[in-house]
Amino acid sequence: MKYPIIPYRIFPLGDSAVTVDFDNSIDEKLNDDILKRVRHLRLNPPEGMIEVTPAYSSFTVYYDVMALRRSDSSKTSSFELIKKQLEEFMLQSLPDDLTNNRMIEVPVCYSEEFAPDIEKLAVTKNLSVEEVIQIHLSGNYKVYMLGFLPGFAYMGKVDERISMPRKTKPENVMSGSVGIAGTQTGIYPLTSPGGWHIIGRTLLKLFDKEKEDSVLLKPGDKVRFTSISKHEFENY
Amino acid sequence: MDTIQDAGRYGFRHLGINPAGSMDQYAMRIANILVGNKPGEPVIELHFPASAIFFEQPALIAITGGDFTPTVNAENIPLLQPVLINRFGILQFEGMRSGSRAYVAIRGGLKISKWLNSYSTHLRAIAGGFNGRILAKDDEIGISQLDESYIRAIEKKEFLVFPWKADNKNDQSASNEILILPGNEWDLLTNESKDKFLGQTYTITANSDRMGYRLDSKELLSVLSNQDMISSAVSFGTVQLLPDGKLIVLMADHQATGGYPKLAHVISAHHSRLAQMKAGDRFNFSITDLQDAEDMFIAQQQHLIQLENGCRYRLEQFLKS
Repeated sequence: MKYPIIPYRIFPLGDSAVTVDFDNSIDEKLNDDILKRVRHLRLNPPEGMIEVTPAYSSFTVYYDVMALRRSDSSKTSSFELIKKQLEEFMLQSLPDDLTNNRMIEVPVCYSEEFAPDIEKLAVTKNLSVEEVIQIHLSGNYKVYMLGFLPGFAYMGKVDERISMPRKTKPENVMSGSVGIAGTQTGIYPLTSPGGWHIIGRTLLKLFDKEKEDSVLLKPGDKVRFTSISKHEFENY
Repeated sequence: MDTIQDAGRYGFRHLGINPAGSMDQYAMRIANILVGNKPGEPVIELHFPASAIFFEQPALIAITGGDFTPTVNAENIPLLQPVLINRFGILQFEGMRSGSRAYVAIRGGLKISKWLNSYSTHLRAIAGGFNGRILAKDDEIGISQLDESYIRAIEKKEFLVFPWKADNKNDQSASNEILILPGNEWDLLTNESKDKFLGQTYTITANSDRMGYRLDSKELLSVLSNQDMISSAVSFGTVQLLPDGKLIVLMADHQATGGYPKLAHVISAHHSRLAQMKAGDRFNFSITDLQDAEDMFIAQQQHLIQLENGCRYRLEQFLKS
């Protein structure tokens, strides 16, 4: 199958990282392709690569300036050397790899004591609290990227009927809190200041440093939320 | 606030786990070099007022970075030189002279376990380093691996300041100019804001830590369009524009991703200079280009390699004597 060439830009992120950027947008297909490219880079790292990390519509390669300079006898800069490798990589059509088919169910208690912002969100969006919960539950979500905190998965897309821009002032958010910001939804793996509107809480451990595999949700995972009662939550 | 740090934790940003690591990587490397450690050994990163350290066994140490007036059993010891401390010696820090972070390396490294391939303390995750936290009174840390010949050599000797010194080509008092490369959103700045960015002096505010330095400036900066940015990768040294028109420079404990405009990036060769600044310090930004930034970084690294070779030879000679 011929691989469509998606327009992209390569720009330096300082003097030891480079970002390949496709568009400032949240698009599932585009992100699937980015995650595939990132998986491929991780398995076949270009000379000098330290690590690669995906975002919604870009990926970033961190590189070793010294190793790249050593690898080349000309006076070419390390940035040019890594850029050239990435440009060649972008011309490759990648075979469809084992696409990530993980579906993770996240039980959430939407009870008001765990959902400090749900009522305000409902009022703002002209909905009942129950409608907000049902709309959130009806969505199929995809993990586009992780960031902010260890194990914090940025998921989308949230139905426009319950989307709301993040708060201007961060507030303290409890670990396990499920929030909405714009058309994104996410779960706080740790107690932290945060600006997302909190509509519920889960007892799943999103981040567990004791585990070898310390992070539950990975880029590309699919997520569904299920509703549990306060009683179930407390006896989970 | 004292923590165990190393060169950082790499390969986990895609899981939201940022590298952490020493704020002043250059000083950390020199400390390890002076005692003959491998580059990846953990060190203690100190902020003033710093912990006093009691040695239950003899140790070869070196201190680099900020000058906190170190003493051993009340006797002044220099920075940037290996020092042999006897059993029951006490290392203390008497006063802040310069810089803002000091590094203590101990020959043999520290007996702590790695988390995700690094010794660095990840305070947010409460993982890595010493139980994932800031060092506290009465914490005990072992020395990792010591070879027999070295133990025999130091047991015979008294407290000693070795007669060689690493030259620190990175003297932070030399300049208050921080070089940057323009970031991807540099051109979102109005022309007026670009001039202000480069023309004005910044003060590091008290609201600054290992995560980032918040900067105070006379003039606020603004971008042409307030388009919604979606999150993407950031790095140590990334200069972001906050919604209030002020700047933040991301430091060692920065988050793996960010959504504010990335106006600029402090060049790697100046991370050390920046890391040794503290609240109240003032500096200016100037633009350079990628080639110069790389060349300056490579010159620094080559200096470290030379230093490593020289120190290794001298230490071997000493241990034979």
